[in-house]
Amino acid sequence: MSDTFPKWTNKLPAKVMVGAILVGTALTGGFWYYFTPKYVRVGYQPIQPVAFSHAIHADQLGVDCRYCHNGVEKSWFSNIPAASTCMNCHAQVLATDPKLALVRESFKTGKPIPWVQIHKVPDYVFFNHSVHVNRGVSCVHCHGPVNKMDEIYHAKPLGMTFCLECHRDPGKNLRPLDKITDLDWSYSQDAVKAATMAKSAGEKYVHDMKVNASQNCSACHR
Amino acid sequence: MRYFLLIFVLAIATVLGTAGYRGTLTRKSPLELFPDMKRQAKLRPQSETHNLFWEDNRGSRLPISGTVSRNSPYEDTPLNTGRITGTTNFVELNPLPVTRELLERGRERFQISCSPCHGAQGDGKGITTQYGMAGVVADLHDAKTKKIVQQPDGEIFNTISNGKNTMGAYAPNIAIEDRWAIVAYVRALQLSRLANVDEIPADKRAALKK
Ligand code: HEC
Ligand code: HEC
Ligand code: HEC
Ligand code: HEC
Ligand code: HEC
Ligand code: HEC
Repeated sequence: MSDTFPKWTNKLPAKVMVGAILVGTALTGGFWYYFTPKYVRVGYQPIQPVAFSHAIHADQLGVDCRYCHNGVEKSWFSNIPAASTCMNCHAQVLATDPKLALVRESFKTGKPIPWVQIHKVPDYVFFNHSVHVNRGVSCVHCHGPVNKMDEIYHAKPLGMTFCLECHRDPGKNLRPLDKITDLDWSYSQDAVKAATMAKSAGEKYVHDMKVNASQNCSACHR
Repeated sequence: MRYFLLIFVLAIATVLGTAGYRGTLTRKSPLELFPDMKRQAKLRPQSETHNLFWEDNRGSRLPISGTVSRNSPYEDTPLNTGRITGTTNFVELNPLPVTRELLERGRERFQISCSPCHGAQGDGKGITTQYGMAGVVADLHDAKTKKIVQQPDGEIFNTISNGKNTMGAYAPNIAIEDRWAIVAYVRALQLSRLANVDEIPADKRAALKK
């Protein structure tokens, strides 16, 4: 009597299993790696209409973020400065430089400069700058080292995980209110020491300012 | 099995090769695989409206000429204009009570908005003077003529709000209360270079003598 199934089929179930596990792992891993904000958003660096550099203005010149983004403490959104803000300086500095032609034109005609927006939460998310900035969350936590960027890019994922990681335990991410825009600031040069100091100071802030970073769905999805 | 493994490894290599790693800089705008309700047809500040509702596509609308928005300061009061109501004369003194908090606020705002040009001490030696603004920026202590020192508070408020000669207007960027806080702080800065020993409280004088 000949075999109904040839001999090689004995190993088939095992091979199919191994294959399925490999493909399954690769697909899951691939989705996890490539379809989450950490890959999709981080690193987005569009070409801006004017070659504006945060590294020159915020770091080299030491101009405070709020000189330009002056609404960040008062409103839910952080404004991009109008051309008149640039012209305060650039009426004299590089007054005829071709790199700034668009800024001068906008200043004269009132036509806005078409900056490309980089950070953009979905429209079903309610976000508010002033509530964070006035409770000791620094720009650097959500935007990365902007003051070192020549061309600005999306540095943090800003997905729901990212928001909740902090909302669950905000204390250690808070800092003194006068250091919000000082992006290089930390409690100590030594990372371990800084972490313990941040923890104990954070507990104090949370208690003193009655910080209540809500995890209710309705806080961010209203 | 051998062929399967080969194809499997090749597939992974191609994906890694074309898609790269997390955090690589890219010019491409983020992929939104499931649009859901991520981008709704609603107005967001400073964004283009795309829907051709307005000709200029501006999300943040400019006031129609001849109108004033409800919360904008339009009344002719010293607080809003720095001038005595009904006249063009500047008010002599700050209409806000000068308290410690006001001065602290003023210092913070001065550091943000004024120090890039006028310097942290108001001596006209801010960072921008190293980049082509040398000689234009005013020294707020004005050691020679004391012109700015003698100006009424209202005139300094007016300079901040509307600018003067080569200095731009800061009314769009700084709230009215903050402008008065800055005026108070500028006064404190000026005093710091005008004070003489007799004005220092006796118990602090010893520390200074050293
Ligand atoms: C506090 C004063 C100040 C303000 C406000 C300011 N800038 Fe500048 N900017 C400078 C100085 C100083 C330089 C450097 C000039 C140099 O390196 O010689 C500069 C350089 C530049 C350059 C040339 C960079 C390069 O690669 O050489 C561009 C473009 C520019 N600014 C755009 C802007 C825009 C757009 C704004 C408004 C959002 C702005 N600036 C606001 C002071 C200012
Ligand atoms: C001289 C004015 C100026 C200063 C000072 C400044 N910015 Fe900006 N910022 C701009 C302009 C103009 C843009 C839009 C152009 C661009 O994206 O490069 C911008 C864009 C940004 C964006 C990206 C916005 C988007 O599209 O998502 C962030 C985040 C930001 N700034 C943060 C900061 C922080 C943090 C600081 C302080 C370290 C700072 N900025 C200081 C003028 C300024
Ligand atoms: C808690 C996180 C967080 C902090 C802290 C934060 N931002 Fe943002 N920022 C965001 C998010 C999220 C967006 C996208 C908002 C949106 O979709 O309109 C954003 C957007 C921006 C934009 C672009 C706004 C636009 O409409 O183009 C600027 C500019 C900006 N932030 C500047 C700042 C500055 C300056 C600070 C510090 C003073 C700061 N942010 C602190 C999360 C943060
Ligand atoms: C580094 C910490 C941190 C991160 C990151 C952060 N938050 Fe918050 N958030 C806080 C703190 C702290 C408060 C509470 C402020 C208070 O006590 O009023 C808060 C408050 C809020 C509130 C107001 C809640 C209320 O009850 O009114 C909203 C909305 C919010 N966050 C949304 C977001 C979103 C959306 C993100 C992600 C893009 C985010 N936050 C990321 C720290 C953070
Ligand atoms: C701290 C703010 C915050 C809170 C609290 C929060 N979310 Fe979110 N949620 C976000 C942000 C930000 C996004 C956008 C994520 C993105 O675009 O990557 C989001 C996205 C989502 C999405 C859509 C995901 C997608 O990709 O389509 C769902 C569903 C959601 N949240 C459900 C909830 C539920 C349920 C709760 C309560 C348990 C909750 N959220 C609480 C900030 C928050
Ligand atoms: C972009 C650079 C710049 C910034 C920022 C700036 N100023 Fe000025 N300021 C000038 C220049 C330039 C002059 C000289 C104007 C002239 O007489 O030509 C001046 C002059 C003045 C004067 C003297 C005006 C007079 O009557 O002669 C005062 C007072 C003054 N500034 C106050 C301020 C205050 C307060 C701030 C902060 C809100 C500020 N400035 C921010 C550039 C600047």
